Amino acid sequence: MNGFWAMGDYAAYVWPAYGISAIGLLVAAVLVLRAHARAKAALAKLGVKP
Amino acid sequence: MLRYANPARFMQLSGTLVPWLGGVSLAALAAGLYLGFAAPPDYQQGDTVRVMFIHVPAAWIAMMAYGLMALASLIGLVQRHPLADVAAKAAAPLGALFTALGLITGSLWWRPMWGTWWVWDGRLTSFLLLLFLYLGYIALWNAIEDETRAARAAAILALVGAVNLPIIEFSVDWWTTLHQGESILRKGGPLIASVYLWPLALMALGYTLLFFTLWLLRIRTEIMTRRARNLMLAGET
Amino acid sequence: MTALILRDVRLAARAGGSAMLALAFFAAVATLVPLGVGADLRLLARIAGGVLWVAAMLAALLALDRLFQADFEDGSLDVIALAPLSLEKTSFAKIAAHWLTTGLPLTVLSPLLAVLFGLPAQAIGALFISLLIGTPAVSAIGAIGAGLTLSIRRGGLILPLIVLPLLSPAVIFGAGTVLSALDGLRNGALPLLTAFSFAACVLSPFATAAAVRLNLGS
Repeated sequence: MNGFWAMGDYAAYVWPAYGISAIGLLVAAVLVLRAHARAKAALAKLGVKP
Repeated sequence: MLRYANPARFMQLSGTLVPWLGGVSLAALAAGLYLGFAAPPDYQQGDTVRVMFIHVPAAWIAMMAYGLMALASLIGLVQRHPLADVAAKAAAPLGALFTALGLITGSLWWRPMWGTWWVWDGRLTSFLLLLFLYLGYIALWNAIEDETRAARAAAILALVGAVNLPIIEFSVDWWTTLHQGESILRKGGPLIASVYLWPLALMALGYTLLFFTLWLLRIRTEIMTRRARNLMLAGET
Repeated sequence: MTALILRDVRLAARAGGSAMLALAFFAAVATLVPLGVGADLRLLARIAGGVLWVAAMLAALLALDRLFQADFEDGSLDVIALAPLSLEKTSFAKIAAHWLTTGLPLTVLSPLLAVLFGLPAQAIGALFISLLIGTPAVSAIGAIGAGLTLSIRRGGLILPLIVLPLLSPAVIFGAGTVLSALDGLRNGALPLLTAFSFAACVLSPFATAAAVRLNLGS
């Protein structure tokens, strides 16, 4: 298992790459979903179904 | 196609599509990640080859998003259809994100090989310029107050950029052969063995579907926001 | 159309601003870079093409946001749009006037500044030719940006962001021309620059006119 995390001594490059990609995509998804929910709620408050 | 240009129809269609796209995307990403890490290290690049699985898809989406943005801009300009304008606007920040991810992962991918954080590789350089194109587009949208004017101005910019993009890529390619004749960073590294091809294809699929999921959600959000705004304005008068 | 070009040139000359500003900026950069980089003439000669090209390009872009703004603000742009001369031709005229008052003077000054970088004679010639052919592209593509940002207050901030990536081929081929003369090799930079510049000048009036039109109409 240790070898897995070490990534053949390239750990300092592989994991940050995956980490930043994951964080970037997750943050994007969260922001997009939240904005979507907010817009939907705003319409619902006006009594309309989208 | 233009049948779906009716906002109500679009909302209906996208409403059913989005959960599926999102689900399949996550499944593809999970499978791709598993296979990607199960694959053996490359004889030349070692374990850094695994960065390819997140770099190449990001780069691919960065380009695809711009193409979609340009296409939507063209339709918006010619057909004057507000949905096309919204689609173009919605794609830009996502495109910029994937471009940035492509740059960062590219830099990390090549760092062990080149010893520096940035290499003026043809592709990375083109991507940097693509990122600026995206940022300029987004800035233009934000800078013009009138929505319709902003849409048209941004559309023109997107199209000028689209025409210029192949030229930019060509000039950067030409430039790298001029300055780095010997060091050819072949796109994607050495010929891809099938053990790498599967994770790559799955990650590419996952990224693509993820983009479409987020894009459709952003378009829906914009449509709903505008509708709410119009209803509130109508209610006030 | 010549009347419009002459009018714009005369206006620019009277304002006195843009040509002098561009030249001053150009000269300032050409002076400051060696101060920052060091007096190694061999190094300076190698970077001269790039530095001077970028400096010239930025200098040419300085006053670009004013290209249409003065006419826009006092309403004469609406009149010009309705005039018998098409907006495309008008844009071309404005691009030409801009080049005559910025790109051309910069090109003329460049050999003098090239000397500061220790460029040999044939490289100075290459720089001159590349700027002569390439600066019209800067004006042309810059005009598109000027048209798009016409109605934005302080659009001058966003203009470089829009225009600079689009101009990267010009910088690449322009500086490449100087390098080819420096290294004594033919690398095809100048023909590529010429093609790019030609295409930009031919196509830009259409994009510029479209940009102006959308800002005039409502």
